[in-house]
Amino acid sequence: MQTKIEKVILLGSGALKIGEAGEFDYSGSQALKALKEEGVYTILINPNIATIQTSEGIADKVYFLPVTPEYVEQVIVKERPQGILLAFGGQTALNCGVQLYRSGVLEKYNVQVLGTPVQAIIDTEDREKFVEKLDEIGVKTIKSEAVTSVAEAKRVAHELGYPVIIRAAYTLGGLGSGFCDNDDELDTLASKAFTYSPQILVEKSLKGWKEVEYEVVRDRFDNCITVCNMENFDPLGIHTGESIVVAPSQTLTNAEYHKLRRLAIRIIRHIGIVGECNVQYALDPDSEDYRVIEVNARLSRSSALASKATGYPLAFVAAKLGLGYGLHQLKNSVTKSTTACFEPALDYIVCKIPRWDLGKFKGVSRELGSSMKSVGEVMAIGRNFEEVIQKGLRMIGQGMHGFVANKEFAEVDIDKALSHPTDKRIFMIAHALKQGYTLERIHELTHIDLWFLEKLANIIRIEAELERYDDIARVPAELILEAKQRGFSDFQLARTLSHHTDPNQIEADMLAIRRHRKQLGITPVVKQIDTLAAEYPAQTNYLYLTYNGTEHDIDFARDNRSVVVLGSGAYRIGSSVEFDWCSVSAIKTIRAQGLRSVMINYNPETVSTDYDMCDRLYFDELTLERVLDITDLEAPRGVIVSTGGQIPNNLAMRLQHEQVPILGTSAENIDRAEDRHKFSAMLDEIGVDQPRWRELTTMDDIYRFVDEVGFPVLIRPSYVLSGAAMNVVSNRDELEHFLTLATNVSKQYPVVVTEFIENAKEIEIDAVAKDGEVLIYAISEHVEFAGVHSGDATMVFPPQKMYVETMRRIKKISREVARMLQISGPFNMQLMAKNNDIKVIECNLRASRSFPFVSKVLKVNFIDIATRVMLGVDPQVPHKSAFELDYVGIKAPQFSFSRLQKADPVLGVEMASTGEVGCLGEDFHEAILKAMLSVGYTIPKKNILLSTGDSRSKMDMLSAAKALQEKGYNLFATRGTAQFLEQNGVHATVLHWPDQAEQPNTLDYIKEKKIDLVVNIPKNLSKTELNNDYTIRRSAIDFNIPLLTNARLASAFITAFCRMKPGDIRIKSWNEY
Amino acid sequence: MSDKKIARLILEDGTVFKGFSFGAETSVSGEVVFNTAMTGYPESLTDPSYRGQILVITYPLVGNYGVPATTFENGLLKYFESDRIHVKGLVISDYSWEYSHWNAVESLAEWLRANNVPGIYGVDTRQITKIIREKGVMLGKLAVEGTPEPEAFVDPNLTNLVAEVSTRQVETYGNGPLKIVLVDCGCKYNIIRSLIARGATVTRVPWDYDFTTLDYDGVMLSNGPGDPQQCGITIAHIKKAMELGKPIFGICLGNQLLSIAAGGTTFKLKYGHRSHNQPALMVGTNRAVITSQNHGYAVNTDTLESDWEPYFINLNDGTSEGIRHKSKPFFSVQFHPEASSGPVDTEFLFDDFIRAIKTHLNR
Repeated sequence: MQTKIEKVILLGSGALKIGEAGEFDYSGSQALKALKEEGVYTILINPNIATIQTSEGIADKVYFLPVTPEYVEQVIVKERPQGILLAFGGQTALNCGVQLYRSGVLEKYNVQVLGTPVQAIIDTEDREKFVEKLDEIGVKTIKSEAVTSVAEAKRVAHELGYPVIIRAAYTLGGLGSGFCDNDDELDTLASKAFTYSPQILVEKSLKGWKEVEYEVVRDRFDNCITVCNMENFDPLGIHTGESIVVAPSQTLTNAEYHKLRRLAIRIIRHIGIVGECNVQYALDPDSEDYRVIEVNARLSRSSALASKATGYPLAFVAAKLGLGYGLHQLKNSVTKSTTACFEPALDYIVCKIPRWDLGKFKGVSRELGSSMKSVGEVMAIGRNFEEVIQKGLRMIGQGMHGFVANKEFAEVDIDKALSHPTDKRIFMIAHALKQGYTLERIHELTHIDLWFLEKLANIIRIEAELERYDDIARVPAELILEAKQRGFSDFQLARTLSHHTDPNQIEADMLAIRRHRKQLGITPVVKQIDTLAAEYPAQTNYLYLTYNGTEHDIDFARDNRSVVVLGSGAYRIGSSVEFDWCSVSAIKTIRAQGLRSVMINYNPETVSTDYDMCDRLYFDELTLERVLDITDLEAPRGVIVSTGGQIPNNLAMRLQHEQVPILGTSAENIDRAEDRHKFSAMLDEIGVDQPRWRELTTMDDIYRFVDEVGFPVLIRPSYVLSGAAMNVVSNRDELEHFLTLATNVSKQYPVVVTEFIENAKEIEIDAVAKDGEVLIYAISEHVEFAGVHSGDATMVFPPQKMYVETMRRIKKISREVARMLQISGPFNMQLMAKNNDIKVIECNLRASRSFPFVSKVLKVNFIDIATRVMLGVDPQVPHKSAFELDYVGIKAPQFSFSRLQKADPVLGVEMASTGEVGCLGEDFHEAILKAMLSVGYTIPKKNILLSTGDSRSKMDMLSAAKALQEKGYNLFATRGTAQFLEQNGVHATVLHWPDQAEQPNTLDYIKEKKIDLVVNIPKNLSKTELNNDYTIRRSAIDFNIPLLTNARLASAFITAFCRMKPGDIRIKSWNEY
Repeated sequence: MSDKKIARLILEDGTVFKGFSFGAETSVSGEVVFNTAMTGYPESLTDPSYRGQILVITYPLVGNYGVPATTFENGLLKYFESDRIHVKGLVISDYSWEYSHWNAVESLAEWLRANNVPGIYGVDTRQITKIIREKGVMLGKLAVEGTPEPEAFVDPNLTNLVAEVSTRQVETYGNGPLKIVLVDCGCKYNIIRSLIARGATVTRVPWDYDFTTLDYDGVMLSNGPGDPQQCGITIAHIKKAMELGKPIFGICLGNQLLSIAAGGTTFKLKYGHRSHNQPALMVGTNRAVITSQNHGYAVNTDTLESDWEPYFINLNDGTSEGIRHKSKPFFSVQFHPEASSGPVDTEFLFDDFIRAIKTHLNR
């Protein structure tokens, strides 16, 4: 061992963002577990309060602080650790670590970097050094040149010949990267890339080559293993995070596989990694020629995927290697008898599919390329490719039922859709195959290997065979079995056989098919993932279901001890790590009760899918069919549907129909809260108010209703043609525009119109009830007014600016609702208050996004209590009230607009944030400052641009503007705002609008980075056409300048940093509050 | 896709698996073994060590990249490990009728048919593997619909498999300065390629040939099938060679033969080691290597003569992975440094061997 390491800091990755998501909660949690096992005292810095790693019992101490050199240094000064781990918190932690190393902080405080040395990290991060380093050992990299100006970039592009790819150094998942086909495109992209990094790379594009990755591990004795290799279904040109990926590789021969493996080992040795790294290759589809694309000297999205794909706990092992162990000194965590020094043998195939949410953003480009846009991913496990791709396409949860039997596409240019990949390309392949495209033609257009295309064609062939029948009873059993083996769901069978469009009819058919095939004995088997392809027995229950087998690997005791928890599925906007925290909390409580905890989930980025968190992990679909397959076998005591967000919640009624016992609040009552009409009727009954709404089917009715409630109104169509599903319209023009262009109003597709109350306070209550009686609750308030989606709002708990009267009324309403719905378990209600007039917005009889936040601020685990209630044991509710807290918690959203090219970075009724942080402070100002700094805002140095929207928000911003002036900031403003400020005694220099020719101009100031903070408040509530405001907002994002678009939040943030000095921020750990 | 023809795998313990045929329409009997490698069926199927065995590949998707051409290089087939398929029958879960690879000229099914080897797909290969793991390797029959099922279970280990696969005459490869005798007990071509690449002229002799009569600088003892006890005459020649003192390097069966010559014994493992991921530790060091393996018998080193020592051990089950002489240039390993298929981490052993030869020559 090296010097005795007793205390270690681990850097987390902060809020979830595109390119850096839940995988680092998993990696960090594993590393902390490994350190704990060695008796090391662990300190975690991570402001992401919704993670499992920031929960009690994982790290010894948690700091909800920004992962930036400034704050990490202060924690180092306070804690004086001997070691620091940089590889488990993504690019955020790595960049922070490199800065601490360069500034000499680590040396000054004698903090040793455990695992890979910082120099090795630098060698892989700086492209030029990286190429040099690999040249030393004769390993080929993509021919490229580092440049520092656009002119130089152009010269190199001409030398290499278009197409070229541009990459910015030191960025997350390909930020600021892209392909250029000509000088114009290069001009645009290169200037943007330079805003992220002083150095960019221009390289020859190898579009169409295979993309293959290896996860490599090395210990300090120079022993190396490759844990997994993966092959991208989508060839080079699409970022690996945007690609469908299979593991292990499918189209590589032994020679190719081992050539790349040998190179990976040579690279990791030469660079000197201790721990884990990822090597990405481009492989010529017509020879064994290759290029190394990049090396990530840290745990990555791919390594999390590799861990789940193989059962090999990469982060856990990497942490142990960082402490000085050799691979051969560690045990395989699955067999518990063999060594960790081995390479997993898979006897299944996994398929990862990214989850995009591009529909949530206005104006965003849907085309996929070299930079990442997906917000989550799923992993499907099976025993042939057809099975995993169909499973996976269902798992991504975008209304698709597999590769076939989906909604038909409208008229499209198939050639273009195939050659210009979007998030829908895979379905375009199905469409093209049905339109008679040959595999060769599709291959030409997509460069996807023919092997994959052949398998997809096989699915089409089976579908065609099924289409010859219209009744399941007539379909030969062999064909049913074949279809099931190739991943067809009962739903797909139902739709293919009947061609029904009525969902109720399909549901009935589907259940009939289920009964029929069970009679025929066509049911799936449960297989174990054991890392050694059955060569040694596994001691863990990491499971999946498949029809490609005849024997279950495990027994089913059916002893009434199994409790099934349904997980939250793919991370997406609106449902991410917070529900994983809830699921994991539920599992822990179940285990603590001596029951068998059974988890179903398929998201490789999560802790809930870590096989040692529960007694049985079914890494499989959360569809009715698959859950029933599992409950048929497990015969559980019950199923928990209230901790995994909306996916399990939606299954409640359907499971109950199939006699599956639901634990907690009954399915009928869940439905009463979910069904708008039933819920309204109930609120009327108890005399609780809600914003007026109506479900309408004609334009005339809509006009009449709007005349009654007045503009603005919120429109929720049930059928969306394009763009966002929900919209707020402020006048008749907008209403007509939205209802005619973006959606459809008819008897079949009614529209829900709700009155939109402006300038109302939004309040949430998270609570747990038992048999209709509230046991514990937490009331929080939003900084922003109602109208900003609750997931995008900045939340304050305990509330700091709420009338006691309001609070009391909310409590009363909650009690009434809990009683009416006989709630047993978690629930959340959103309300609005204006002049103490309270209206209920919505109510969910499940855990909400804010459960981990309020649980951690209050230091009472709401899910533990809720789970106890659902299990029917003493809930052990502590007597603790938010009134007793002498600190404030603030939850702030993280946006990823910089990754979503062209998207308008404004807040609205549709959620747009990808993650969140939660920070504690002695008062509101300290808490909000910490939270804002944690999501990437910085305290501006001197120049601030204000463009503050309508008169109301101009007023809202006035005192903040005065504070800025007093602090000596230089204010710049657009004309109207400047006039308003001057009238109120604040001086601001006028900057002209982007579309004006006059100087000084807003756009130039932003591009030249003369502005340190942009405040741009949209003038109306609807996301309208591209305009000047849009240009200001988008440029701020593209040029990496902090942007605020909400007057109340901007005012709160500005007030906070004007009142507090950076030194006023206290470095206190969670347990010190 | 061709018409589906039923095939059955019948295990000695009575279990029967029903699937479909994809290879030659013939029925066979042999010893059923499993391999957990995820790549390399053209290499594995031509590995003479599989002689007499019905191979179960645990990786479910097979045939994806087809089968390469019969190109020759240095007098050897470039992409295979011998001149024909040695496995008796092939058992897999999912067969890819359509293959895709720049290097392929035919499908796996076509190749099996051309070599008259049956194949079965659509069976639960994991279940079969678990049966073998729990009960040990067993005999089995692969019966294809329309062909007569073999009456008896045939144990290949009772015959001299080495004699079946070894070369019949002395052959020479390469023209390097170092003269290496390769005792062919069922050698994989990559052993020859690995030696040629390091400047050797390789003289490949039959398993029972008294190579000590030749003029050579070093002896390479090859891999091969079956029970090492069948090779008494080879062991006698090795003992003679040990007296001559020139460097000796053994691989797999070669390791077992050298070990017996050095006083060790061999025994049959319950289900053998057949995979690309076997970890071995160089005894007395922290150096661990990932190795490719294919053997059913192992060496007991307890009775080795005192001037021998363990060289490598298996990190999973502690079995011997090689021995070496304490002072003389004799060493051998149970795994396959020539890989093909599998990881190439232990190629350095060929360098060690060449170095030992050069040192010996320069004495």
